[in-house]
Amino acid sequence: MINIIDYEGGNLFSVVKAFEFLGAEPKVITRPEEYEAGKIVIPGVGDFGDAMRALQERNFPLFLHEKAQEGVLLIGICVGVQILFQSSEEAPDTKGLSFFRNAVKRFSPGGKIPHMGWNTLDFHSENPLLYNVENGSYVYFAHSYYIPVASNDYEIAHCHYSDSFTAVVNRDNIYGVQFHPEKSQKTGLQILKNFIEL
Amino acid sequence: MLVKRIIPCLDVTGGRVVKGVKFVDLIDAGDPVEQAQYYNEEGADELVFLDITASSDGRDILQDMVRRVAATIHIPFTVGGGIRSVADMRDILRCGADKISINTSAIKNPDLITQGARAFGSQCIVVATDARRKGVSWDTYTHGGRYSVNMDAVQWAKEAVERGAGELLVTSMDCDGTQEGFDNELLARISEEVSVPVIASGGAGAVRHFVDAVKFGKADAVLAASLFHFRQLTINEIKKAFFKDEIPVRLPY
Repeated sequence: MINIIDYEGGNLFSVVKAFEFLGAEPKVITRPEEYEAGKIVIPGVGDFGDAMRALQERNFPLFLHEKAQEGVLLIGICVGVQILFQSSEEAPDTKGLSFFRNAVKRFSPGGKIPHMGWNTLDFHSENPLLYNVENGSYVYFAHSYYIPVASNDYEIAHCHYSDSFTAVVNRDNIYGVQFHPEKSQKTGLQILKNFIEL
Repeated sequence: MLVKRIIPCLDVTGGRVVKGVKFVDLIDAGDPVEQAQYYNEEGADELVFLDITASSDGRDILQDMVRRVAATIHIPFTVGGGIRSVADMRDILRCGADKISINTSAIKNPDLITQGARAFGSQCIVVATDARRKGVSWDTYTHGGRYSVNMDAVQWAKEAVERGAGELLVTSMDCDGTQEGFDNELLARISEEVSVPVIASGGAGAVRHFVDAVKFGKADAVLAASLFHFRQLTINEIKKAFFKDEIPVRLPY
């Protein structure tokens, strides 16, 4: 089962439809009790602070940590990946889920903000999430905050903009993508298909 | 590298696509989902749907259309027209749209931009402006270009961005429907003044016009409606021209 967390994230419907398009039967869950054994998707559009607050109101943070410990496969999309980190300049007083060490930053002025549109992925390591996806493929981004490129063990691909940033992360059973696979046509669908098949 | 986007715009009313020439004389040009699918396959980078229904009836029809489009295509799309509140925005976004475009309602209630950006993030809020040349500057119009509000279009663009708009869709009313090219002077003026992406709209008639809107108008994306609907030009022809002119473009798609 693919469990998609509904915490009022704006792109919920598109994410659900993309999984259905791929033949999966995703289940939308609004509280941990509704979870059915399987994978977890954290979609997301909007503010880091609002997203964390909405997850807390629905008692998800502890549940997600437990599931992560049990080895459940989990993927965060857009703000959904940012909240897997420790903190963000978008909401300095809010603590993230802290699966990964790093602080999310706002793009520096100079380039246009938000970083909006199709940009290329630059892979640095092979990963099953990117199976059948060519290095340099275009995916759709829409964000004003980014995960800084850091020397670390979790970065799978990055992207070049006014600041280079981490676009795909993975460590053990935790995955995340900064772009919107549900809106990235064939490339995005391939990535979601890979997640289904992991 | 971030590419320049090519965006077909579909004017819809009662769940059907219509063609707009200088904002009047409407001709039916098909089913929105079918059109969306066609453009998705043709390589459109994004789509814009503008609901030109004047009244607030038909919101259910619009939501149903948004839902059907989102279920069929997997590229980003913006929905605009008659969106007056954060609740309206939420309804449309929850149906699968990526961005909301507001025009008249933003001018009447500029705080709506801020509220929308706070609720969904700036990247969801597009402010659309209809501008008409007035001497050395441009005046802003509301209600699909019917009324002047005596507000400088460049100043308004700056204010919209300060209030939280994540993108601007700039339509030149002078150029719209003429097929003689975009108002690149207007576009460049706005693009240089703001920090967010600018979508060029109004006046496209030939491949060269799109190239010029990027090169001289400094646009981040280019939009056209009837030109695409009646197959006068294909998206691929524009992409080839961009590529030749070394404008970053998504190829192959």
